[in-house]
Amino acid sequence: MADNYSILRKPLILGNKTYSDVTHDVCAPFEKKSSIAWWITFFAALSMLIVGIVAVTYQIQTGIGTWGLNNTVGWAFDITNFVFWIGIGHAGTLISAILFLFNQKWRTSVNRSAEAMTIFAVICAGIFPIIHMGRPWLAFWVIPYPNLRGPLWVNFRSPLVWDMFAIGTYFTISLVFWYVGLIPDLATIRDRTKSKIKKFFFRFFSLGWNGSNRTWSRYETVYMLLAGLATPLVVSVHTIVSWDFATSVIPGWHTTIFPPYFVAGAVFSGFAMVLTLMLIVRTVFHFEEYITIKHIESMCKIIIATGGMVGLAYATEFFIALYSGNPYEKFAFINRALGPFAWAYWIMVFCNIVIPQFFWWKKIRTNMILVFILSIFINVGMWFERFVIITISLSRDYLPASWANYIPTSVEIATLIGSFGLFFTLFLLFARFLPMISIGEIKGVLNYGKNSHGGSK
Amino acid sequence: MTRRLFISYFENEKDILNATRAARDNNYEILDVFTPYAVHGLDDAIGLKPSRLPWVCLGLGLLGAIAKLWYQVWTSATSWPVNVGGKPLRSIPAFVPVTFEIMVLFAGVGTVLTFIIISKLRPAKKPKSLYKRVTDNRFALVLVQSDASFDVKSASEIFASFNAVEFEERLQKEEN
Repeated sequence: MADNYSILRKPLILGNKTYSDVTHDVCAPFEKKSSIAWWITFFAALSMLIVGIVAVTYQIQTGIGTWGLNNTVGWAFDITNFVFWIGIGHAGTLISAILFLFNQKWRTSVNRSAEAMTIFAVICAGIFPIIHMGRPWLAFWVIPYPNLRGPLWVNFRSPLVWDMFAIGTYFTISLVFWYVGLIPDLATIRDRTKSKIKKFFFRFFSLGWNGSNRTWSRYETVYMLLAGLATPLVVSVHTIVSWDFATSVIPGWHTTIFPPYFVAGAVFSGFAMVLTLMLIVRTVFHFEEYITIKHIESMCKIIIATGGMVGLAYATEFFIALYSGNPYEKFAFINRALGPFAWAYWIMVFCNIVIPQFFWWKKIRTNMILVFILSIFINVGMWFERFVIITISLSRDYLPASWANYIPTSVEIATLIGSFGLFFTLFLLFARFLPMISIGEIKGVLNYGKNSHGGSK
Repeated sequence: MTRRLFISYFENEKDILNATRAARDNNYEILDVFTPYAVHGLDDAIGLKPSRLPWVCLGLGLLGAIAKLWYQVWTSATSWPVNVGGKPLRSIPAFVPVTFEIMVLFAGVGTVLTFIIISKLRPAKKPKSLYKRVTDNRFALVLVQSDASFDVKSASEIFASFNAVEFEERLQKEEN
């Protein structure tokens, strides 16, 4: 009867929760006063954000000359950060959409936070191409709108235009997906909260949700459709990002392996960031019974898989460069591994190929402190991957006469710090005001109140 | 016109599923079932047909794709043709990525808007006929007392056997 569950599969949620336990536990963090730890981290994140705002203001006022770019290295820190943040976002969509289509029920504990992470990461990413324009107040020129210059349209054959559409659609769909998932939970909070202001906002955004099964039935269909749409979308987004490079003729960029390589890398880096965030969330907000060791282990396993794909891509790239007989291509790769930026290349190899191998051991996967440290290594490694691809290839291309070095300026470093500040500020605000775990979906995967064979039929 | 509703409350998924099936077997008119989460199998128990939203999604996706493809061809080849690297003006393969993105955008956003409209949801709406704790931990089975033969006592007995925890009768203004 109700208390039976299969001996083969352990329950996803521990602690024999009832429905109201779930509501209570998930709502607890934002119904109490904020803890001191929250305020400390919030002010730390806010300070980082302010550093970034100051740097970006100075850069916009003075010009792109405040960055370390030169005629040869025209893309460096900014585009590295852009690709890095977009990649982070991809794990959120993978968890919310692809794991949903594959009926991986463990996703329910982490999907809400992972989707929030996607949205915030895309916001961070979007800032970089805009400030890179140098005159961000003309950013709207990338949108094809009827204008008095002809009308002169954007060049639809350009990957940079594709990118604008891809990021725009990705952000919109992620936001819609996240919001649709939130509606039932917003209604739960609306019916719980005593505060009048909260009641007003939650009533506004919960759209009059009343738990009707007719609505639930359509809701489930919509959720499935959105998952089906988001799945090819997420693949397309990083594919298009990789085309920003692959359609050019720079050695080290002009390869057909880029789309799958970038998508795998994005998922890899995104899962590392999800792990970093989730390990903090489960400890700080006491969600150990919801985000269990099993969840952490599953994510570690995905990291092994995607890390393997990334490693394979590195090897393939290198092999093809040597095998192709193209001296420029060959040079580009030898220069990566042995040139002036070799340190960056080897940081990348160490963090992205060696570090994930530790996750083969269950002892490491179940040690939360070790997983946390290793996930940070992967975040660093994936940032360096983009740095290696972008900066090293540009710094030494065809003409030795135009070779140049690149050193980031304090403004660029401050902007990177600022983007982390923005990301964490938004995430902490999300943790303070919205349910970090999907209340409705968790209730659906509980063993409580189900038939012995685990469900409806 | 008002109608009289008979509401039974349950505390878990198994009971609401069995009670809903029993309600149908006894030929009661089920107005709706209210649940804190999406209970799988309830659609079958009530006898709801699958939603037609996938067709809306398909239609909107096709609309977005066709419109965007036309727009790209029109801007690139008709309105102001610009020769970029000697490539053909109607370079269809190069138009595929943006066409795809707009298809997804139209299908996704359009489907959600359609869902919100047909489910009669709107911002700041006061939830209609909200039953006790159905957004937390209770399941409400709402029957319409369609004629005088509806016997509250025998209905209560049937649903009590499925562990109903509470019964309620309500008058409700009929819509439309």
